[in-house]
Amino acid sequence: MTDPTKESPTTAPENEPIIKLIGVHKWFGDFHVLKDINLSVDRGERIVVCGPSGSGKSTMIRCINRLEEHQRGKIIVDNIELTNDIKKIEKIRAEVGMVFQHFNLFPHLTVLENLSLGPIWVRKFPRTVAEQTALYYLEKVHIAEQAHKYPGQLSGGQQQRVAIARSLCMKPKVMLFDEPTSALDPEMVKEVLDAMIELAHEGMTMIVVSHEMGFARSVAHRVLFMDHGQILEENTPDEFFSNPQNERTKLFLSQILH
Amino acid sequence: MRTPIPASAVEDLKPPVSSAGPLGWLRANLFKGPFNSLLTLFILFCLYKMAPPLIRWAFIDSYWFSDADVCRAGDGACWSVVSQNLRFILFGFYPYLLQWRPAMAVLILIGLFFYSRDTGRWNRRLGVVWAAGLVVMGILMHGGVLGLAEVETDQWGGISLTLLLALFGLTAAYPLGVLLALGRRSRLPAIKTVCVIYIELIRGVPLISMLFMASVMFPLFLPEGVTINKILRAQAAIILFTAAYIAEVVRGGLQAIPRGQYEAAESLGLNYSQKMRLIILPQALKIVIPPTVSILISAFKDTSLVVIIGLFDLLKTTQVTLSNPAWIRFSAEAYLFIAVLYFLGCFSMSNFSRHLEKELKA
Ligand SMILES: Nc1ncnc2c1ncn2[C@@H]1O[C@H](COP(=O)(O)OP(=O)(O)O)[C@@H](O)[C@H]1O
Ligand SMILES: [Mg+2]
Repeated sequence: MTDPTKESPTTAPENEPIIKLIGVHKWFGDFHVLKDINLSVDRGERIVVCGPSGSGKSTMIRCINRLEEHQRGKIIVDNIELTNDIKKIEKIRAEVGMVFQHFNLFPHLTVLENLSLGPIWVRKFPRTVAEQTALYYLEKVHIAEQAHKYPGQLSGGQQQRVAIARSLCMKPKVMLFDEPTSALDPEMVKEVLDAMIELAHEGMTMIVVSHEMGFARSVAHRVLFMDHGQILEENTPDEFFSNPQNERTKLFLSQILH
Repeated sequence: MRTPIPASAVEDLKPPVSSAGPLGWLRANLFKGPFNSLLTLFILFCLYKMAPPLIRWAFIDSYWFSDADVCRAGDGACWSVVSQNLRFILFGFYPYLLQWRPAMAVLILIGLFFYSRDTGRWNRRLGVVWAAGLVVMGILMHGGVLGLAEVETDQWGGISLTLLLALFGLTAAYPLGVLLALGRRSRLPAIKTVCVIYIELIRGVPLISMLFMASVMFPLFLPEGVTINKILRAQAAIILFTAAYIAEVVRGGLQAIPRGQYEAAESLGLNYSQKMRLIILPQALKIVIPPTVSILISAFKDTSLVVIIGLFDLLKTTQVTLSNPAWIRFSAEAYLFIAVLYFLGCFSMSNFSRHLEKELKA
């Protein structure tokens, strides 16, 4: 099966970073949740973000598609700066896929409808094309036989794979993952990670908040460590795990690696 | 060493006889414990005392198509009060010879409702069918075209007026209520304030006073010579009133939708109206079907309040019939009859809502 909407590669400059966060700050009320975040992600680059709970990892990646609003600094995605302009925000959201910890599939729609919704209403594809695209990506995550079921009838791992396919149907330039496996029963973690690894091998730009160190080692170009709203350390996976610099990184790693 | 548990060591058994079958049912439902048994016996005794005379009054000693004089001579129920005045009760002062027209309109409406029961038929064509049906009903009621004699709206009355007020009242109030609910949750302070004030103001006022305002006060604000049809004014009051209640129920439904649904819709790039129309409202409205239908049912019954501003709905035509000295004694029968009509209307609505809930359950 082939993807019916395969396009020629984008014409945007390939060497420009696709995501740039420059001096980003964010507060929830008085609580300073992101402190001077600087991050630049190249096309095709894969980044894993880790850090203790409450350190601001989710908030940071949610700022990238404006599910949260930052209050200082600049965020530029695919050459568009995020401002209050809702049209620009919608445009960026269409280019940035997001996978949530709790899947957030639409329970009143079938799997196929979940997947074809975005292509039909945002990309304005004809229904038949959108459904073909949906089936193509369902097959990619090995779940095509569930196309006509409702999300509630699937296991957690299957639901998360559907959620990944739903994002892919939009042909995103970047995929954000917010702890995609941490709500899953242990036996289902692998099927979701496998789908993500496959995606990585195809060259997708990915930012993944995760504590799956095996995954980070095998696909990440860079690993970031966040604590108290700051990026404290970033390095290649090998260096990051074998030779962490920051005291807090060492402590964190010792806790999750035992 | 532990032995493995055999797969089918215990076979499936039938439930014990005492808990199944008619005897089991009797025991579980009527004679469970001494208190229940006593209650059952007491109710049986009451039925034994009350049912025979009631049946005698309603069916055996009753008169169905007689004159008022015959009724007064006997002491059974006088259903003749309904049968002899049926056309006035149902159609009011609508010209006698033209009453087939409202009758047709009502039948078309009932037909449309039955046709729409099946959610499989909910597509664009159904919308067209309804629009066509409404036009035909309007032409039948009002006339003035296609060689049908014109009938002014002040001659409309009875069941066709009741159904008209209810139909337009409910179908217009529902979308208006949904918009108000969305407005109340809007991030734009101006819209939010307007919606909050509207909802709270309307909910703080009884429908009767809104009807009075519509019929007495509203014309004072109109320029000399301009009049707005009385039915239309009553209709507007019913719509505005019902919408405020629907808005609050729908808001409850919106609050029940988890934030993740909004975020997932947004992160696909859907705009506000797509997000609401495709993702949030279908789920929220489904949750609130039962309370919404309660509001619609009570709005349907409340249309009878238009009697106080002099519209001849079903209740008013019945009252007029009973003001005739010949029939004045038989109000119980007449009111029972319209109670049955109202019950049929309300029951079919609640029945429809249960049916809808079942069909929409994924
Ligand atoms: N909507 C919100 N309002 C107020 N505080 C929030 C909100 N979302 C997150 N926070 C707080 O911000 C901090 C960072 O949260 P989050 O980004 O979810 O952390 P992480 O994903 O690293 O666990 C936490 O202390 C959390 O309580
Ligand atoms: Mg988080």
